[in-house]
Amino acid sequence: MNDQNFELKKLASDSQAIFDLIEPRSKVLDLGCGDGELLYHLIQKKNCHASGIEIDEHSIYQCIEKGITVSHADINEELAHYPDKRFDYVILNESLQQVVNAERVITEALRIGKQIIVGVPNFCFLPARFQIFFGGSVPKTKCLPYEWYNTPNVRFFSLKDFRSFCKKKNIRIKNFIGIGNTKRVSIFPNLFAILGIFLLEG
Amino acid sequence: MSTEGLGNVVTQYFTCCEPPHELVLKSGEKLGPITVAYETYGQLNPDRSNAILICHALSGDAHAAGWHDGDKKPGWWDIMIGPGKAFDTNKYFVICSNVLGGCRGTTGPSSINPKTGEPYGLSFPVVTIDDMVHVQKHLLDHLQITRLLSIAGGSMGGLQAMKWCVEYPDMVQSAVVIATNYRHNAQQIALHEVGRQAIMSDPDWQQGNYYGKKVPKQGLALARMIGHITYMSEKSMDEKFGRKLIGKEKVGYDFSMDFEVQNYLRYRGDSFVERFDANSYLYITKAVDYFDLEEDAGSLAKALEHVSAKFLVISFTSDWLYPSHQLKTFVKALKANDHDVSNVIIESDYGHDAFLIETERQEHAIGHFLKRISKGVS
Repeated sequence: MNDQNFELKKLASDSQAIFDLIEPRSKVLDLGCGDGELLYHLIQKKNCHASGIEIDEHSIYQCIEKGITVSHADINEELAHYPDKRFDYVILNESLQQVVNAERVITEALRIGKQIIVGVPNFCFLPARFQIFFGGSVPKTKCLPYEWYNTPNVRFFSLKDFRSFCKKKNIRIKNFIGIGNTKRVSIFPNLFAILGIFLLEG
Repeated sequence: MSTEGLGNVVTQYFTCCEPPHELVLKSGEKLGPITVAYETYGQLNPDRSNAILICHALSGDAHAAGWHDGDKKPGWWDIMIGPGKAFDTNKYFVICSNVLGGCRGTTGPSSINPKTGEPYGLSFPVVTIDDMVHVQKHLLDHLQITRLLSIAGGSMGGLQAMKWCVEYPDMVQSAVVIATNYRHNAQQIALHEVGRQAIMSDPDWQQGNYYGKKVPKQGLALARMIGHITYMSEKSMDEKFGRKLIGKEKVGYDFSMDFEVQNYLRYRGDSFVERFDANSYLYITKAVDYFDLEEDAGSLAKALEHVSAKFLVISFTSDWLYPSHQLKTFVKALKANDHDVSNVIIESDYGHDAFLIETERQEHAIGHFLKRISKGVS
């Protein structure tokens, strides 16, 4: 089904980076797929066999409207029944910071996916450091726009923290893309990137 | 979407399983001939690839959409079936038949046993969901349909849809299962049992031999009242009735009708008696209670192993008769087999009834799901 009903919207810079990392005709599962825009691009432009899991009911309808296979579920409890290495890629974009048991979700994602792509907001982005140091306030950035009392995020970590975690768990970082406010960042991403996209292999 | 409906429709009849080719039931008993009441809407396309079978729930019938002469309201799922609706009759050929054991045109305990010339009553063999599905297969053979674009059903209809996917994997391309369970559990069986006991303890029931005499009105009405409680949620019931009194300013301090909810249940019970046969209620609830996909195959994952249908699974947050976690288990078993399954848990206060009330979101999801499926076909 390659005929399009929907206009392909321009992907956000993080989704575009993920899109670029994925090989054509891959089998992809997006954990926290939102309105399914990235999956739709993968299906239409790269002929991927792509499906998603999403917790928000309204987003489910947006996915179904695009012809995407989607499951209305909580990723904390939804991965256990998938067989090993069922997907070429499992995507966890900006969902990890909202996950209660992040370690378990990463472990499960690595079990069911041959590779996983993780997008993490960088809590140690330079302007965020300034906000803490000079402003004395918990930082707010494009990727972390919330107040302390209404944030859905339960975990705050930097790109460096995530790299150390991967090292400790023997997870191989195959590729990395740093995303800045306006363009991709390759120098000192832990200072200049608001978000990092990691391609990992267990 | 179009507000125009299907207009007038007619129920058709088809007879199969004439002796000596009786249907062998799951119990081992034989039954025939079997007459099936069914309706169709829309046109079958030249390559016969646009057929959708709709399976009705416990008290439903073949009249799923459109109007019969003298109808006060249209068929039971008219809101979803018709031109421009979720089951779009401009595109799809939609079929709905009354189940085996029913009392709305298909052979059941109130039908005349040709061997005796009398209604079957309790001599009618106990039937199962499997047997209902086998009869529907005969109907599709008669209509020369070898492959279904989709099969859809809520509640008991969902059981039939699941069974179809398991029993005839090559015939079913997709399935929409709503507010149902892959096995009837202890609470669900218990609630049915109370309904059956209500009927069987009515003195007018007479061991099922009441045809042409006084029917067990009280018992059947009571069974329906219990059913209705299970179809609503605590919240929807309280919002609809609260503690409102009926036709009085103060409570009566007696056992007369005080509360509006009492009146509602009684009305529901009484109106059900007008259109439903008490024995059919016994047979059909029993068929539902016997349903267990897991037991048939050893495990649910095994039962679903060879299924080829793509699934859309819908449940409702306040449905306590068929809670959404049961269908979650079903979805997980499909995923374990690498099947294509989408599911949505619709936020609703209407309880099990949400299946017939929350139409907007269902229409959207089903309509787009079928669009994807039918694209894959042509």
